[in-house]
Amino acid sequence: MMETSVQERPLLDIRGLEVTFRTEGGDVVPVRGVDLRVEAGKTTALVGESGSGKSVTSLAIMGLLPRPYGRVSKGVAEFRRRSGAVVDLASAGQGVVRALRGNEIAMIFQEPMTSLNPVMTVGEQIAEQVRLHMALAPQAAMRHAVEMLSLVEIPDAARRAGDYPHQMSGGMRQRVMIALAMSCNPRLLIADEPTTALDVTIQAQILDLIERLRKEHSMGVLFITHNLAVVAEIADTVTVMYAGEVVEKANVRDIFHNSRHPYTAALVDCLPERARRDSNGRRIVAAIPGSVTSAAEATGCRFAPRCQRAVEACEAGSPELLVAGTGHEVRCFRWSEA
Amino acid sequence: MSAMTARSPVRLFLQRLFRRKLVLVAVIILLVIVLLAILAPWISPYSPTGMRVSQRLRPPSLTNWFGTDEFGRDVLTRIIYGGRASLGIGVAVVMCTMLAGTVLGLIAGYFRALDAVIMRLVDAMMSLPDILLAIFLVAVLGASAGNVVLALSIVYTPRVTRVVRSSTLVVRELPFVEAARALGVSTWRIMTMHILLNVASPILVQATFIFAYAVLAEAGLSFLGAGVPPDIPTWGTMIAAGQQYADRAVWLVLFPGLAIVFAALSLQLLGDGLRDMLDPKLRKAL
Repeated sequence: MMETSVQERPLLDIRGLEVTFRTEGGDVVPVRGVDLRVEAGKTTALVGESGSGKSVTSLAIMGLLPRPYGRVSKGVAEFRRRSGAVVDLASAGQGVVRALRGNEIAMIFQEPMTSLNPVMTVGEQIAEQVRLHMALAPQAAMRHAVEMLSLVEIPDAARRAGDYPHQMSGGMRQRVMIALAMSCNPRLLIADEPTTALDVTIQAQILDLIERLRKEHSMGVLFITHNLAVVAEIADTVTVMYAGEVVEKANVRDIFHNSRHPYTAALVDCLPERARRDSNGRRIVAAIPGSVTSAAEATGCRFAPRCQRAVEACEAGSPELLVAGTGHEVRCFRWSEA
Repeated sequence: MSAMTARSPVRLFLQRLFRRKLVLVAVIILLVIVLLAILAPWISPYSPTGMRVSQRLRPPSLTNWFGTDEFGRDVLTRIIYGGRASLGIGVAVVMCTMLAGTVLGLIAGYFRALDAVIMRLVDAMMSLPDILLAIFLVAVLGASAGNVVLALSIVYTPRVTRVVRSSTLVVRELPFVEAARALGVSTWRIMTMHILLNVASPILVQATFIFAYAVLAEAGLSFLGAGVPPDIPTWGTMIAAGQQYADRAVWLVLFPGLAIVFAALSLQLLGDGLRDMLDPKLRKAL
């Protein structure tokens, strides 16, 4: 009985996460009340514009908020360890979280060009990472590094392991970053816009690679992106953030075909594939008027100033996350009208 | 690409460094001076302490190329031996300042809380004139080669600290440091493997400059009598001893002086060359 209940818990369960930054102008809360789940072997996409709090959320999970200014001020982030034990990343000590980082939780970043140390060969960097978390001799670690490079489909891996990052292309470097992240067989992979800096053709290859690794290693993936086209391709469930709040959570089909929040609907309409043609036959890509309000200054619904459907009630009070269907939650007073 | 990888890194390094011919000249001069100092016992024509009163204050000749001093000792021999002490003190000062300055600079740059404390101390020390502080320290500690090294190391450590700190401030914000942290690398390894390796080139450049300063400062201290005791031949003590005969025997100060000039100048030129080569922005302009 206990066994099954442990098994059913998600890999990562974030509830009511709030992050506070101390600044000279007073406290700023870039992320508040974030609920987020990642299941083992599934991909959760975290979607939002620049400044919506996606990256801050991921840094909070990793315990990498810039100290001493940033801290998790509320909420829990429960991570189910390989051993089955559950640890709250938000309240666990630095030592505990660091032992998990790169081992059970790994992260890949947006900028493959600068995320690798320029003065170490890529093989050395992976070997360093491996030796950090597994008790391996230097030569065994190097062999493991070469294996990891072939796992991420780098041709002639044994020779490329001796290359410095500047000798590789952007796509290759992102593969190396993924090899680094995968080197200790993590249970959770956090990918912070891993394809943004890459060519479209390379993007597809990298996404395929992440997908393949997710399936083969039944790893949970938290995929942070602002690119809905990418979301459609890889996500199982989607969490949409706006101005530091989760505005909608649903499976990927509902997000694209049955979205309840006006912001999600507007985002989907902004996809170039959904562009309408004007009277001259030119395609017009929709846009959302205005820009994200600063997280500091909002009373009422954060999206209200840009919302087509806003009424007075939206300006007055902030809606809670409301259940709109199975596994579908939305933060909008008027969700049922959509 | 294949041509790039085919060439060895050492050859590539030297090729870039010697693109400016002056740097090549500087390195050759430096190598000659260093080799002479190392091989002193085997190549010097005379004994550095062998006095021959009959031969005192002889001008340069075929038997004594740089002349003889007031005790009839061969000036060339003493310059060669003097190089051992002068360069030895320089090397020791470089090693001490690099070690202390790198550690302090990394700590100040990486741990923001300690930054203010360390840097205000460094600023306070840099506000004092170098040579005055060195004289004061030697006066307190007592004149010996070891104390000269200690004094000059204390004087020059703040320079290295500043350079290392400012480079650390830049590198610690780069994404690969955050990536390393995200992969669970410890603070110690981040500081040594990821930051130190990336700030190595400004440290290297600074080392050559400090070497030059140390050679000059040692000569200055010895000349003022606040340095190495006069019985050990260094370029500074030779000038100090020779100055009272300078009106009759100009070679007593000229040749040790030239030795100091060549050593310091070639080190400075090498430092300039290294700096230009290791700075990617300047490298394109060359």
